[in-house]
Formats: sequence, structure tokens, C-alpha cells
Amino acid sequence: MNLLLVLPILVPLATAIASLLLWRRRAAQRGLNLLGAFGLLAAALALLGSVSRHGIQAGQVGGWPAPFGITLVADLFSAIMVVLAGLIGLAVAVYSLGSMDRGREAFGYYPLLHLLLMGVCGAFLTGDLFNLYVWFEVMLIASFVLLALGGERAQLEGAIKYVTLNLMSSAIFLAAVGILYGVAGTLNMADLAVKLRDAPQPGLVTAVAMLFLIAFGIKAAVFPLFFWLPASYHTPPVAVSAVFAGLLTKVGVYALIRVLTLLFVQDEGYVRGLVLIVSALTMVTGVLGAVAQREFRRILAFHIISQIGYMILGLGLFTPLALAGSVFYIIHHIIVKTNLFLVSGLAHRLRGSYELKDLGELYRTSPGLAVLFMIPALSLAGVPPLSGFWAKLALVQAGLILEQHAVVATALAVGLLTLFSMIKIWVEAFWKRAPTSGPETAAIPPATGLFLTSPMILLAGLTLLIGLWAEPLFALSVRAAEQLLTPAMYIQSVLGGAP
Amino acid sequence: MEPVLALVVGGLYAAGLYLVLRRSLVKLIIGLVLLSNAANLLIFTAAGLTRARTPLIHPEAQRLTAPFADPLPQALILTAIVIGFGVLAFMMVLAYRAYQTVGTDDLDAMNTTDT
Repeated sequence: MNLLLVLPILVPLATAIASLLLWRRRAAQRGLNLLGAFGLLAAALALLGSVSRHGIQAGQVGGWPAPFGITLVADLFSAIMVVLAGLIGLAVAVYSLGSMDRGREAFGYYPLLHLLLMGVCGAFLTGDLFNLYVWFEVMLIASFVLLALGGERAQLEGAIKYVTLNLMSSAIFLAAVGILYGVAGTLNMADLAVKLRDAPQPGLVTAVAMLFLIAFGIKAAVFPLFFWLPASYHTPPVAVSAVFAGLLTKVGVYALIRVLTLLFVQDEGYVRGLVLIVSALTMVTGVLGAVAQREFRRILAFHIISQIGYMILGLGLFTPLALAGSVFYIIHHIIVKTNLFLVSGLAHRLRGSYELKDLGELYRTSPGLAVLFMIPALSLAGVPPLSGFWAKLALVQAGLILEQHAVVATALAVGLLTLFSMIKIWVEAFWKRAPTSGPETAAIPPATGLFLTSPMILLAGLTLLIGLWAEPLFALSVRAAEQLLTPAMYIQSVLGGAP
Repeated sequence: MEPVLALVVGGLYAAGLYLVLRRSLVKLIIGLVLLSNAANLLIFTAAGLTRARTPLIHPEAQRLTAPFADPLPQALILTAIVIGFGVLAFMMVLAYRAYQTVGTDDLDAMNTTDT
């Protein structure tokens, strides 16, 4: 068993357990939180390096041979996602040190954060469908508690919607797994990929694919299944919002891409056409929802939905370039979106409000924050030369090659509306004269300020770096897409022997 | 046996969905429980039912001879039941806290975070 494969799961687990043992020691928990986050990122980078050099890695938990035991697999796509989870985990862990209140710290915020990261990494690394369900539940139960921790009225109302819709999604996922087991007699993804190719009932397999599309579609917040997201993401403390915004919906997108590239490749025209339509509608509804909002985090929450549309657009087009665009888009989006939430948190810290009407003049009072907002905001809208531009460019190119002009036009128009939304925030929060009745700018102690700004600077720097030096990362995305489009490699590394 | 179980599963899904659509918080939870139980029974049924054939190798035989009951779906269901139980416990506490804070169990009154 390759140790690198299990480390991204073991490190957060060990951190969470140690934090639970040190329940009353706040300082020790904070130190462990930082240590665990650094450890996870290091383990993830080591895994990505190893996968990039030696190809797809697979390991069998407990030594049971492949189709019978639980398999852990890391191909390039998985490894990239694990690195992103480690990166966002680190950024949010540092930010939490400066922003989390003592009450939440005393009631297990840090262990929960690391359990959430464990669930996310587990979902990225597993090669077994039922195991994926279990990791989803690990991730969900940690996110349920993080969302409700604190017990404010808005949090509880948001949590009820979030929990209900995610439980429905889990029930549908479980039903799909059950039917699939009835059809193929296995749940190992590589084994399924082999057996589903000549399944006796192709109609039933397509029906199961639709069930997966709905189950993962709810988690990924695609049209018309996104209603839990704008109802809940703006309610918890901003560090929690940021980690949710960065990682949770992307686990749904990851699962969608994984099952639709590996398992359900028989009836491609029907499924992919549907994904294409859904992606266009997701982009449009998300961005129109954002236009109607006047609150910092609600605008950002709606933009998550709109961006999810771009990610699955590549899945709908299904060419190497399009999938590479999707992978690149996910990388870009996770970094940028988390950063924007962190910026909104600092603005709230300074002015005590998320409402755009109460904000203002931040450009004059905190020019650094204005720059830190501008970089991810323009990147989100796809302004060259930032990371979002290259991501959109690849998807648009892929769409034009396939002559899907309607979808390409939608994607470009949505990019324009995204820019409009970002400029709205810029004008309202940063440029306009501050309302006279509003509270004064709060002073932040220097140590806290360091915790709050360093993750933002890190993520903004990465956005710039990806934008100005996109080639290596894009080449990596292309290789990841090639692996996704060649299931034989995945199957061979799990089952061994000739594919 | 399968048709009977299929009807039971369908009935559970229908009842669960109906309850989830009600306005009461308690009925919502009961609905979710029914939905997850329906999924469990669905796994059990879809994987095939084999009566009175335990998956044990006879002392004289070298290997298992078909037909035998597949033990894996039951292991899956057991896991799903445990997870469902934990999530249900959390959901009940959450619902109770929400009832205390908001002062009602009417889901239509819990709309301040909607857009």
C-alpha cells in the first residue's frame, strides 16, 4: 500500500483526533490546526508529484485484491483536487486563527474543519462507489455541524435547508448505487467501467446515470437543483463560508466528471446533450440571481452556481481540450472564490456589515484590501491576463471547434454579467462615499491582521501566477484530461494486467 | 417476493416524498427517514433475493456453489443504516434548536435566509 495515497486522509484525521483530545486547550488546538493544514498540503503536493512522475497510483485497503476490497486511486485529476483541498484548507485554517470567535473555537471548530478536509480528500481519492458515498457522508456531517455551530437564527434556518436537500441527494445516490450493484454486481469503479461496457440492459444503465446526475447535481448545485446553496452559504462565519464555497460543490463536480467519464460512456449523446443544456442554464440562472442581490456574500454565493455551469460545460462538450478547460477552471475557481469570500470577511470585520449599502470608501481607508479584491474579482469575470481568462478561453475554443455556438455565446454573455456584478461590489463597497450613519472602521490588532491578510495575499498571488504563467498548469490540466478520456489507464492501474 | 418488496419500496418513496413536501418540520424528518429506508430496501431488492442459501462453503466442497445469498448488499445496508441513524440524530437536534430559536415548526416561516 502506497503511503502517499493514504496520507491526505490520515493527516487531517490525526489532527482532528489530537484536537479532540486537547478539547480545553485553545492554544494547542490552534497550533495543531496550523500544523495539520501545512501537513495536508505537503502530503498532497507529494502525492501530485508522485502521480505526475509515475502515472496513476492505486492501492488496496487491507490488502484485499481489487474488485473485492476498497480501492484508493489517485490519477492526475484526483491529485490536483487533493492539492487544492490542502491549499484551501491551509488558507482557511490560517484565516480562522484571526477570525473565529472563542465560543466556536471552544466547541470544536478546528477538529470539525479537519474532519471536513478528510471527507473531501477521501472523496477525491476513493475508487469505489459505495466508499464515495461514505466519504460524502463524512464530509456532509462535518459540514452540517460547521454550518449550524453557533446557533444563530439565520444559521439554523440555512442549515435546515442545506441538511434536507443534501440528505435527499444522499438517498438518491444510495438508490443509484443499489440499482447499479443489481445490474453489474460490483461497485469498484474500474471493475464497473469494464462490466458496464457490455451490460445487458443499456436502458437501465442510462437511468442509473440520470440518478447519479441528479444526486451529484444537487451536491454541485446545478440548475435546477441549487436552491440550498444561496439559502445557506451566507449564514455561517466567513471562514466556514469560504471553505464551503471553495471545496464542497466542487466535490459534486468532481464526482460528476468521474462517473460520466469512467462509468457511463455508452449512451454518450443523450447524457452529454443534457449536461450541455444544464450547464448553460446553470450559468445563466446563477449570474441573474447574483445581479438581483445587494449583499456581499449572497452575490458571491450566486456566482458559485454560475461558475459551476462553466465547469460542467467542458464535461458536456467532452473533447480533450474541453475537459482540460474544465480542470483548469476548477483550479482557478477554487482559489479565486475562496479568496473573494475571505475579502468579504475582512470588509465585514472593518465595517461590521455585509450589506453593500452600509459599506463604502474602503478604497480610501484600506487600499491594500481593494487590490486584494480586484485581483480575484477580475479573474472571476475572465479579464486577461488573470487565471479566469485562460480557463474561459479554453472552454470557448473547445465550444467553437464543436460549433456549439449557442453555449459559447451564453458563456461569454455570462462572463460580461459577472463583470457587472463584480463592478457593482467595487463601486458600492470600495468607491462610493461611506454612509454617514454607518459604523467607523474598526481597528484590527497587528497579529490578527497578519492571520487575516496572509491567506488572501497567498491566494491572490497564486491567481496572478496562474494568469501570467499559465502554461505549466494548463499542460498539467491537458494531461489530466487525457487520463480522464482514457479509462483504460485507470482500469489497468486498479485491476492490473491488460485492460 | 420481489414484486411485494418493489411495491413496499415504491410506497415508502411515495410516502417519504409526500411528507417532505409538508410544512411541518417533524413531518419533514419522518419523510427523510422513510426515504433513506426506501433506499436501503431498494439495495436489498435490486441486488437479488435468494432464500435460505447461506454464503458458506460446505465442509466437503472446495468452493461456494451458486445459487447463494449475496452478503455484500447487507453489509452496504448496514453501513447506510448506521450513517442514516447518525444523521437522523443530528437532524432531530437541529430541528429542535431551530424550533426553539425561530419559535415555530412551520417551514414556511423559516424564510429569512431565502432570496
